[in-house]
Amino acid sequence: MAQMTIAEALRQAIREEMRRDPRVICIGEDIGIEGGWGGAFTVTLGLAEEFGHDRILDTPIAELGLVGVAVGAAIGGLRPIADVQYGDFLFLAMDQLVNQAAKMAYMSAGTIKVPMVMRVPVGATRRGAQHAQSLEAFIVHVPGLKVVAPSTAYDAKGLLKSAIRDDNPVVVFEHKLLYGSKGPRSVEGAVSAVGDVPDEEYLVPIGQGIIRRKGKDVTLVGKLLTVYRALGAAERLAAEGIEAEVIDPRTLVPLDKELILESVRKTGRLVIVEEDNLTGGWAADIAAIVADEGLDWLDAPIKRVSAPDTPPPFAPVMEQFYVPSEQRVIEAVRSLF
Amino acid sequence: MPEMDVPLLDMYRTMLTIRRFEEECNYLFMQGRIPSTLHLYIGQEAVATGVCAHLGQKDYVLSTHRPHGHAIAKGVSLQSIMAELFAKKTGCCQGKGGSMHVGDMRVGALPAIAIVGANIPIAAGLALAAKQLGTGQVTVAFFGDGAANTGAFHEGINMAAIWGVPVVYICENNLYGASTPFSKVFRVKNVADRAAAYGIPGVVVDGMDVEAVYQAAGEAIARARQGMGPTLVECKTYRFVGHSRSDPRNYRSKEEENYWQQQDPIPRLAKRLKDMGLSTDEKLALLDEEIHGKIEEAVAYAEASPSPEPTDALEHVFYEGGRA
Repeated sequence: MAQMTIAEALRQAIREEMRRDPRVICIGEDIGIEGGWGGAFTVTLGLAEEFGHDRILDTPIAELGLVGVAVGAAIGGLRPIADVQYGDFLFLAMDQLVNQAAKMAYMSAGTIKVPMVMRVPVGATRRGAQHAQSLEAFIVHVPGLKVVAPSTAYDAKGLLKSAIRDDNPVVVFEHKLLYGSKGPRSVEGAVSAVGDVPDEEYLVPIGQGIIRRKGKDVTLVGKLLTVYRALGAAERLAAEGIEAEVIDPRTLVPLDKELILESVRKTGRLVIVEEDNLTGGWAADIAAIVADEGLDWLDAPIKRVSAPDTPPPFAPVMEQFYVPSEQRVIEAVRSLF
Repeated sequence: MPEMDVPLLDMYRTMLTIRRFEEECNYLFMQGRIPSTLHLYIGQEAVATGVCAHLGQKDYVLSTHRPHGHAIAKGVSLQSIMAELFAKKTGCCQGKGGSMHVGDMRVGALPAIAIVGANIPIAAGLALAAKQLGTGQVTVAFFGDGAANTGAFHEGINMAAIWGVPVVYICENNLYGASTPFSKVFRVKNVADRAAAYGIPGVVVDGMDVEAVYQAAGEAIARARQGMGPTLVECKTYRFVGHSRSDPRNYRSKEEENYWQQQDPIPRLAKRLKDMGLSTDEKLALLDEEIHGKIEEAVAYAEASPSPEPTDALEHVFYEGGRA
């Protein structure tokens, strides 16, 4: 057992899979440059020394091109892990991800596979509107993409390994405040997601959520950073006599909706917390599922705690207002009682 | 290369098959018997034919929204293409593709990619895989002049060039991106001139002359196979028909169309075959009949085939291992 940050856990997942399977390669900007950073958040740091520059393949700054190359490489028999530095840049590559990667299996009637991983850092971290967005709602909307969103080091390693072995395109959302990146690439305001990672081989299966905290009075669903906001709120609510159950779906597609429904059945109350704009968000979809399949169990309206419908602002005071806080979660829960 | 090595008769057969297939599609569409939209390849047959004559089944071809010619030249069966156009379960994409996505990976033809330019970086990726896995495969991406102005063209060819991967980029410059003339959206005279920007060879070839295409493509594919990296080959060509089925072609002059009709690659090769003593009018007429028969068979097969079930729409969203 070792204590690891999420960045370290992701790196170890990549290292193990690249040792296990020579078809696994990394492709992205600044991922293997000597004297560079190992990607924007150090995840690939040092890997080029072990695996060489053919397998830790640095690209030009060209997201459409590099994601397209990953799609082709995957069809051609490699298992590429592509990296776009900041999720916001994925918009440049949406054709390749949405029209190509996600549709190849379908258009070919199940004869072509695209076993690629798309690593996507998200979250507001004092970088302004174009390096801060949460893209989960855009991506979960696309049939043909699997989507995972690990919030702990254990899950980051286990889910990334599962994603690499999956025969479909898998988008891995990583939150910038959870990486625990060290040195000059560390991020101010980061949450420590350092956790135990077993020394022995393990996988976290795609499609299984987890209960992070047991409770009987209200269900809180969060993902990535908002899992921690929900857990923090739950501790404070406990002091008021409200026991919140906190669910981390870990995989967004395919969603472990039974875990959420079972919890709501028990608690009768649901608050969904996500760092994304309210309108058309992932939280809206969770709310719709529960309204559709669990309305009879609800004792109160479903609440969403999201970012407002604005671009992410820069000034720290505005950014703090924008991202869901523990306090907003607590207020949402209180309003249900 | 010595002239006798050039498979002229095979290429004539392929070109004529494409021509007759497309004419049949046009007829079937006019009759309302196939639901698909159509982007016909009539006029451009020498390009797909001259290039694919060099490729084996394991080599990859990436096509466009105008893909029937590439699919036929790469060896996708006429029956499965026709059945796809008829939206049948027996189609090469089981009805999930349609005209703009025909392909069959068993013969190295990816489902055609109907987003202009998008196949260019994917081709670089396929070639990267072939290089890293040491398979010896060559990848060919066909695209039109319109694609040469996309960002995907720049990004994809640049990456193919810097990594020296075994890919050949075939630009079919038919002078119009839909209705927009080449001269309105390019300051360069040739798309191939842009190859210099990526440090790779750029070649301009008469796309109405299958022998010229064969020669140029052969050199480019040989370079790729020898590990010398990508080549951009521009084939000057012309589609004799509209962009799609709903195009009266009011943006082109009759004079221009007549000029290009005179360049028709099929009569041109027929004349060569006869001049060289490789065929006769009678033999070519028999071949035409034979091809016509095969297309009739493909239509009969397609019409007799079952439609997919409505709920088949729910299958193949994710890859589940192998062909159903």
